[in-house]
Amino acid sequence: MCLGVPGRVISIHDYTAVVDFWGVRKDVRLDIVDEPVVPGDYILNHVGFAIRRIAPESVAETLELYEMLLRENAGGEDDLMALDVRGEIAGAS
Amino acid sequence: MTAVLTATSGRVTLKQGGGGRAMRALIEKLFVRDFATMPLHNPDFSVGVGAMDDGAAIRIGDEWLVITTDSHVIHPIFFPGGDIGRLSICGTVNDLAMMGATTVLGLTCSVILEEGFALDSLEAIQSSMIAACREAGAPVVTGDTKVMGKRELDGIVINTCGIGLTRTLVRDNGLSLGDRIIVTGSIAEHGLAVMAKRHEIGIEGDLVSDVAPLNDLVASVLSGAPGAVTAMKDPTRGGVSSALHEMASKSGVGILIDERVIPVTAAVRAVGELLGIDPLHVANEGKALIGVRADAADRVLEILRAHSLGRNAAVIGTCVAERPGGVILNTGFGKRLLAEPEGEPLPRIC
Amino acid sequence: MTNELQFRDPALARSLAATLARLVDEIGRPVAVMHVCGSHEQAIARFGLRSLFPKALDVIMGPGCPVCVTDVPEVDEGVVLARQGVRIVTFGDMLRVPGTVQSLADAQASGANIEVIYSPRQAIEIARETDEEVVLFATGFETTAVATAAVILDNPPKNFSVLSAHKYIPPVMEIVAEMPGSRVEGFLAAGHAAAITGSAVFEPFVERHQVPVVVAGFEPMDILAGLVELLELIRNKTPRVANMFPRCVSAEGNIPAQKQLWRVFKPVGGKWRGIAHVPNGNLRLRDEFAHVDARKRFTIDLPSLWDYAPPALAGQCICGDIMAGIRNPRDCRLFNRECVPENPVGACMVSNEGTCKIWHLYGGVPDLEATA
Repeated sequence: MCLGVPGRVISIHDYTAVVDFWGVRKDVRLDIVDEPVVPGDYILNHVGFAIRRIAPESVAETLELYEMLLRENAGGEDDLMALDVRGEIAGAS
Repeated sequence: MTAVLTATSGRVTLKQGGGGRAMRALIEKLFVRDFATMPLHNPDFSVGVGAMDDGAAIRIGDEWLVITTDSHVIHPIFFPGGDIGRLSICGTVNDLAMMGATTVLGLTCSVILEEGFALDSLEAIQSSMIAACREAGAPVVTGDTKVMGKRELDGIVINTCGIGLTRTLVRDNGLSLGDRIIVTGSIAEHGLAVMAKRHEIGIEGDLVSDVAPLNDLVASVLSGAPGAVTAMKDPTRGGVSSALHEMASKSGVGILIDERVIPVTAAVRAVGELLGIDPLHVANEGKALIGVRADAADRVLEILRAHSLGRNAAVIGTCVAERPGGVILNTGFGKRLLAEPEGEPLPRIC
Repeated sequence: MTNELQFRDPALARSLAATLARLVDEIGRPVAVMHVCGSHEQAIARFGLRSLFPKALDVIMGPGCPVCVTDVPEVDEGVVLARQGVRIVTFGDMLRVPGTVQSLADAQASGANIEVIYSPRQAIEIARETDEEVVLFATGFETTAVATAAVILDNPPKNFSVLSAHKYIPPVMEIVAEMPGSRVEGFLAAGHAAAITGSAVFEPFVERHQVPVVVAGFEPMDILAGLVELLELIRNKTPRVANMFPRCVSAEGNIPAQKQLWRVFKPVGGKWRGIAHVPNGNLRLRDEFAHVDARKRFTIDLPSLWDYAPPALAGQCICGDIMAGIRNPRDCRLFNRECVPENPVGACMVSNEGTCKIWHLYGGVPDLEATA
């Protein structure tokens, strides 16, 4: 329902941040962001406003959460696959 | 015709010019039906308006005379990577090239201006037309200029018409099962570059229109791999999706494409995500979709990649028996039918 | 960078899908869950995820598309204002939503001044550059409403006002949960709206209805992981709120944004298109913001529009049942016949997140098969 895209803050002037989204830059307003933001932080953009500061460690935390789900629910035959996948995650990070 | 008009409370809407299904419906019902019944000079050896191809072709001796016409309106007139002048030359040169007529005998240039249009803008447009003509080796041989009153049109409209001769006529309906689909480079650059400017979205980055004449690129394929090409179309308005749908439905095949190998630049991907627009629905002005025989795909790819305009060419799909007229997209997670855009995509919030 | 693409790993997605299948097997009967978010449906369709879902799992799309639930009279207000000569700026999503007589796109075709914007900030910029009255036809859920609130609080120019059709999600979940004949055993809540409200906003709902709610993100793995968690909670019969989108959602949500939201807006009851009257489901400007409230600034002469007869087909539209998850587009007589994206009868055929549009675009059956 609401298109949201994460980006990295490059610079900040007053309530406006220049944010990098996969290589393109766009001004994003900081009027309603939940926490103070500094350059280097990640934010979630919706209609040109930052609606959330994304803590840097949270991506790894989410991946960990998914891994746990897999671990908890791993049945016999898929263990290998899950292991494989965990290996890929470890390799990627 | 009435169905189209009543559907929109008796008025033409912008989406009917957006290159999607709404436009095709308008053209089919309003223009093609009656024009297509007019007797042709040499009906067995002609491609007329009923074919709704990139242009018309008339057999003359052992060659085909290819004719095409295109009116160009664009907002903004100047955009990253080009302007309406370059667009109006390339658009027509490319329509000829898509039918195999890569040597342009002549172009016409008809300009309609709004009273008050800045002369220096006009000069800039004209010089970029000349530059594009030189690039394409395409001479403008005749023209016309009109001026209309203030607010009677929006700035400038340019119509160009092109003629060319070819011995190898290429259509957009010649795909057979097993044929491969090649795109000559990364997609959606023109449409997103223009849109980012038009809606004042304030995006900065490497977003540049790909507008370029493709006749030399196409000529190198047609001469370097004779008999390899079975169909061709340039994915302008409506993007790759619209063009593939048209090729699939005219050829009576399904087209299976793999999303993961479709060339997309990082900037296009980013802007697509930001604005919620699928790059497959976005216009290109310097790309071609080429259907080739499976055994010739590698050779064609090699030729394309050796050309400056085809360096990022890729085989993106195959013609299949499944879903004739449809385009199936393999996302890597699963397969689904690719949507055909119904009008120009708009930035969205949800 | 925080690479969202990490959440698009097909191998991991297949692992999660296998887990999903095992959970459904363990539950041992068909299970229906609902997501209340059009972006979930869009991601499911875009990535072809439905082909990965087990057959016995029915993932129903709920009233999660703000464009779809914008009511006909709300569209009419925008159309009338535009026809009265006011400059309307709105999001691209809204342009083709049918009103009683016209959509905004139709009004534009007959000469009204309507502009598509991407951000409420652009509305302010447009207003600054002109003397004309500029009205932001503001749609969207709380996620978007906080952006509208921010521009209203940032000293907008005098010729700027807002026609609010903003909606607030939590109340509509009550309606859906209480709908007779509902088979829904669990909800996938919208991640970006929850970024504002926080996941704890769903606690009372879970308490009342004893069904689990899982907050999930929008990448393929987010959705699959959200469903896995939801099915676990269903299997274990432990209804609670689970937040599977911690990178964007906290329990308490975005408090500064909530403060601005409730300073500017008040929740009022109102009809959601096709759904019902939703108590506290609409967001309207508070009285102290009357000066930027288009409804107070202008006389919106709706009856002038209603002199026309409403389109006869609208009565046959079953958008409401579709959004409530009771029926699907194939049950609709108009679907893919009279009602197509070029000429939509109901709102579900307009929005990119509308079930009908998605089913139409993706070929009636949204997904063909999983990729081996």
